Amino acid sequence: MDINLDDIRNDVREWLAENWDDSLSLIEWRTKLADSGWGMPDWPVEYFGRDLPPSAVAVVQEEFAAIGAIGAMKSGPRMLAAVTILAHGNQAQKQRFLRRIITGEDAWCQLFSEPGSGSDLAGSTTRADKKGDKWIVNGQKVWNTSAHHADYGILVARTDWDEPKHTGLSYFLIDMHQPGVEVRQLKQMNGYASFNEVFFTDAEVPEDFLLGELGEGWPIAMTTLAYERRVAAGNREAGEDKGREGVIYDQYREESAIATEPYAWYPQRAGRSDLIIDRARETGSIEDAAIRQDIAKLLIKRQSMEWFIKRLAEVQKAGKARGPEGSVTKLTASEVARMSADLHTEITGIDAMLTGPDSPNDGIIAEVLVSVPAVSIAGGTDEIQKNIVAERLLDLPKEPRFDTGPFKDVKRN
Amino acid sequence: MAFSFTEEQEQFRDVLARFLRDKSPTTEIRKLMETDSGYDGDVWRQVCTDMGLAGIHLPEESGGAGYGPVELGIVMEEQGRALLCGPYLSSAVLAGLAIGAVASGEEQAARLVGIADGSVVATLAVTENQGLWHAADITTQAVPVDGGYQLTGRKSFVSDGQNADIIYIVAENGAGLSLFAVDADADGLAVEGLEGVDATRRIAHLTFTNCAAELVGAEGAFDLEAVFDQVLIAFAHEQLGGAQAMLDSALEYAKLRVQFGRVIGSFQALKHRFADLHVELELAKAAVYQAAQALEDGDDVRAYASMAKATASDIFLFAAKECIQFHGGIGFTWENDTHLWFKRAKSSEVFLGSPADHRERMLQAMGV
Repeated sequence: MDINLDDIRNDVREWLAENWDDSLSLIEWRTKLADSGWGMPDWPVEYFGRDLPPSAVAVVQEEFAAIGAIGAMKSGPRMLAAVTILAHGNQAQKQRFLRRIITGEDAWCQLFSEPGSGSDLAGSTTRADKKGDKWIVNGQKVWNTSAHHADYGILVARTDWDEPKHTGLSYFLIDMHQPGVEVRQLKQMNGYASFNEVFFTDAEVPEDFLLGELGEGWPIAMTTLAYERRVAAGNREAGEDKGREGVIYDQYREESAIATEPYAWYPQRAGRSDLIIDRARETGSIEDAAIRQDIAKLLIKRQSMEWFIKRLAEVQKAGKARGPEGSVTKLTASEVARMSADLHTEITGIDAMLTGPDSPNDGIIAEVLVSVPAVSIAGGTDEIQKNIVAERLLDLPKEPRFDTGPFKDVKRN
Repeated sequence: MAFSFTEEQEQFRDVLARFLRDKSPTTEIRKLMETDSGYDGDVWRQVCTDMGLAGIHLPEESGGAGYGPVELGIVMEEQGRALLCGPYLSSAVLAGLAIGAVASGEEQAARLVGIADGSVVATLAVTENQGLWHAADITTQAVPVDGGYQLTGRKSFVSDGQNADIIYIVAENGAGLSLFAVDADADGLAVEGLEGVDATRRIAHLTFTNCAAELVGAEGAFDLEAVFDQVLIAFAHEQLGGAQAMLDSALEYAKLRVQFGRVIGSFQALKHRFADLHVELELAKAAVYQAAQALEDGDDVRAYASMAKATASDIFLFAAKECIQFHGGIGFTWENDTHLWFKRAKSSEVFLGSPADHRERMLQAMGV
């Protein structure tokens, strides 16, 4: 592909000079983005994009950032829906949903995990049964980030119980504003409620909200999950333009606050290794030889992980990656978080009994200690990651399976 | 900083790996372990002359290939994987890097040519009572005597001290630390060969009593820590290679060995431990490779060098221990090859400073 990034930079700069106007409302501005395609430059021209290569996206973002122009709405789980609809939706679905996602008019949530199927996602037992021209949904989902703000959900449900587990699933788009859908916030052990449980009781899905073909739910869900893994860190960035004044910025900040609220504790979940040396100096434990060894081990692990990530990016760029190398990063991130939490405890000593304003760093350290257990579970447990490393990177034999027959005969919760 | 090997470097590694697989099978290693010198002179000549490995990192004007720490790292890693018996670490790495650090021009060329072509085996004697590279521990004295010097002192844990033709010695002469050269047959040099856990390597204590020595480079010019950094980065690569050999060996066995009607590599209890090992090895590779890149770029590598040594020592020993455990009873036998690498790992763990020593050195280099 012969695309000159400098030309693209000039194009976007010119377009912004003519069109960026901070007296517009957020929706008015985002409508211009959808019409021009500059909000999603790597999307197709016929669906609100400009058909530019992924390498152009960063260039466009730089130009937006340079003048404080606000981009398309991408925060939270909505892009999971967008990329999946873009890849598997029909023309009508793309026209109907994509524009309102990137303008921020519609919020979406993901309805995949269930109380009975976490690591074993394909063991989903939420059912969708055809009645006339509608699908009737019954069951329960869990870990649904931002479901309490969502207008729509992407839903995986079982449509055929005689098929094996992976082929009996279908992928639906569901309207969250209806009597058969009940959303309850789920309080976590660290006191936050970033996720929800969603209960379906005869909830209705119109026929034309089936995404792709019947029975294709699993492969389509893979599109969603692949995107989720790739951008896991990106979609929880807080909004920029903090100091800027104007209605459009106020609206943007309000929107960002809602979208990023579930991720407020994520830095603590990662262990806050950035605070370790300062804390060790404050408490004097920096002089302790045993603690120094643990600090060094943590710093080595963290630095090695950063370098591993950069080396992996080169391997991927050269097209030589095997695919599951990200599991190495994820396992290491878990380990860094755990080491960091243990070290914070060692450094903090008896004060680690306290929480809230009574605890060090205005409660941040206490929050680390009760948030870190999430990191080795969310997005695929460490145990699942280790299976992936062993089977797909080291070519060790797969686990024996007991769930290959018709799903109705498979043992389940 | 580059974050990948070039195509050329990858090809070099492949050629090297094939050569070493051919020249250093464990049947050969086991034979050489029992000999006095511990290595095969013919293979060593091929390593130096045919493959040009001893001079890979030495300047072209000194008979070397003029490459840098990344290529030296590749050589060390592949040698560590193949457990090649030979004075590479002593001659090319320790002596070669020490000479390169203080000597220049004709003097440098004169001293390095023989190391590069393998006609001279050299080594470097640094450590004394504590076995550590600490400037304060160095008490060996060099006294000027009609145009030359006389050396008196005792050096411990000198790699290939009994094989070397020339010994390079770090000594104190009032002007700070300097590098001196002593011929192996010099009067006043006593060599005490030691029995090492790692039978693929030779170590000796050397005692110098008014021993005739030549100054190399300028007086007081030897930057101990800077040479140490370079040596550590090279040595860490060797340990990485050993760790890779252990993981590969364990994996091969786990895919063949059947118990309870299934290959043992299909048990999740083992698969998860293999995954842990793989993760740790990938992280260690990142740390060691980037330390070499940083050295190549001329960055301050003190912290990175110690990070590399600590992490490479840890992963090598971890992989060797796991390899024995994965093999079960057979892994504890003399006949099984695992112990050859395990002993190299044990020995390398404390040679040039333990992982704990280097974690502390890293923190101090970082100002922590």
